[in-house]
Amino acid sequence: MIRFILTRLSLLIPTFIGITLAAFFLIRLVPGDPIETMAGERGIDPARHEQLKKDFGLDRPLLVQYGIYIGRVLQGDLGKSVVTRESVLTEFQTLFPATVELGICAILFALILGIPAGILAAVRRNSIFDHGVMGLSLTGYSMPIFWWGLILILLFSVQLGLTPVSGRIDVLYYIEPVTGFLLIDSLFSDDEGAFLSALEHLILPTIVLGTVPLAVIARMTRSAMLEVLGEDYIRTAKAKGLSRFRIIALHALRNAMIPVVTVIGLQIGVLFTGAILTETIFSWPGIGKWLIEAIFRRDYPVLQGGILLVGAIVMSVNLIVDLTYGLINPRIRHTR
Amino acid sequence: MTTETMEAPAVAAPTATPPHPLREFWGYFSANHGAVAGLFVILFVVLLAIFADVVAPHSPYITDTTIALKPPFWQEGGSISYPLGTDPIGRDMLSRLIYGARLSLLIGIMVVTVSILVGTVLGLVAGYVRGVTEIAIMRVMDIILTLPSLLLAIVIVAILGPGLINSMTAVALVILPHYVRLARAAVITEVSKDYVMAARVSGAGPLRLMFKEVLPNCTAPLIVQASLGISTAILDAAALGFLGLGAQPPAPEWGTMLADAREFVLRAWWVVTFPGLAILITVLAFNLLGDGLRDALDPKLKRS
Repeated sequence: MIRFILTRLSLLIPTFIGITLAAFFLIRLVPGDPIETMAGERGIDPARHEQLKKDFGLDRPLLVQYGIYIGRVLQGDLGKSVVTRESVLTEFQTLFPATVELGICAILFALILGIPAGILAAVRRNSIFDHGVMGLSLTGYSMPIFWWGLILILLFSVQLGLTPVSGRIDVLYYIEPVTGFLLIDSLFSDDEGAFLSALEHLILPTIVLGTVPLAVIARMTRSAMLEVLGEDYIRTAKAKGLSRFRIIALHALRNAMIPVVTVIGLQIGVLFTGAILTETIFSWPGIGKWLIEAIFRRDYPVLQGGILLVGAIVMSVNLIVDLTYGLINPRIRHTR
Repeated sequence: MTTETMEAPAVAAPTATPPHPLREFWGYFSANHGAVAGLFVILFVVLLAIFADVVAPHSPYITDTTIALKPPFWQEGGSISYPLGTDPIGRDMLSRLIYGARLSLLIGIMVVTVSILVGTVLGLVAGYVRGVTEIAIMRVMDIILTLPSLLLAIVIVAILGPGLINSMTAVALVILPHYVRLARAAVITEVSKDYVMAARVSGAGPLRLMFKEVLPNCTAPLIVQASLGISTAILDAAALGFLGLGAQPPAPEWGTMLADAREFVLRAWWVVTFPGLAILITVLAFNLLGDGLRDALDPKLKRS
């Protein structure tokens, strides 16, 4: 097992270096000079330009610049936002919980609906229910979620007036961020309405962000279940006279979940892509919205740091999924 | 359980002539109703795109503020000359959607063509040459795959600047790894087969081996991935358009139309509903087609 972990870890190093290279060159690939780009349309006088160039170390050779950059990154210094003058890491830390909270809710939503739907579809193969689940899941998979969000707002917020249109919580409430997860923070605050308000604000974004994972999980659960249900040990279990429920819930489900767990792990990249769009639609103050705003403000240090952090997080989650998978399934662990 | 297997002859009866491959393919493909439906929708959209000039009742660009935000014809205040209503500056929604089909199909097909060409060559080289070249190519692909696709596309557009061509380049790069991996895996399986050895023994050079011998045998998975890739490309390009990074107004691109319509969500449901519906239907059709192609072309899944 240790060998397995080490191989997986060693595979990550080149990828991580690649991501730092991508982040490093991002600012240098933009046409024109980074200083001018940061200064924007206001322009900048030549003396100050030279000074800034020196300050940012842009007059040194590229390789030296990269070395300095890596050194800073490893110390946790990702630079400062050009717009807010705030450290990129600090900004990331304050906004990240909002994205995580939304992401967790979306995945839970996808699991709670997707796994039972997939199981039922497999058990009742070729029934109307099965066709319905498969049709809906392909539709969900094809969904332009930025439009889906607008349609849900149109239906639930505008027509029915049930849910708020945007934000994380009503402006009436101020919740001191302790964990950064508003659901938890508001639950422990004295304000009773705050928790409900936070919950209300979460509903639509959760559905929007959870739609694609829901479709993928339902499909994956169904096909994994179908495969497992054809195995010999299921026939044995049937022959032993076990109840149908016991066979499905205990014998089949446990084995069918292995590929599903992997797929859930792989959904994190998809989830992030979704978060960028979902947060933009619902003005959700998370990482996705932050990065999009950074582009429009030409805030390159934020973009640079953001890519690096997101890349590192996705890589770590993938690694954890890989390792868990190896832990559950010895066949994976021992290949090669 | 059943006796069917017992009754089947031990040796398959020899048929007179094997069916033509295309006929056999259509047999499998047409059994999948979803795939056929997808194909018809795609044909319909393609026809709309080609004959947009003839079909569209109005110009997609001409604005007329006197008829701004007219509802669809079945609602009060709507008129049949603007069947799906008009947008905030008085352009006909239906005409813009029809011209949008042209853009979306163009995006999907161009992006996937570029991606397949580049991806197949890279994958072939990686799978055929192996060694350091392979490692270098595959590591770069790993990096592209690690970053969330939309984030990477956004970053590329941030470097190149917003616009239709740049967003297409970005999407092409983002979906590239799928083709490289597919081509490489297919090549590695094929290269060890006897026919490649035979060709090599009879003096075929590496280029001939790669493109004339190995490549034709790797096309099936690439075709399937191409169909699925078009749907991803359309979706991603629309997302970029929605974020204001793709096609720029007044281009009637569906995602860009949605971005323009966002602020009118409270007043005019039709400007928001129809462009997204167009994206959903087109993407769904390509996904259905892709699923059907996979079932029909993948011999492992064929039930004979």
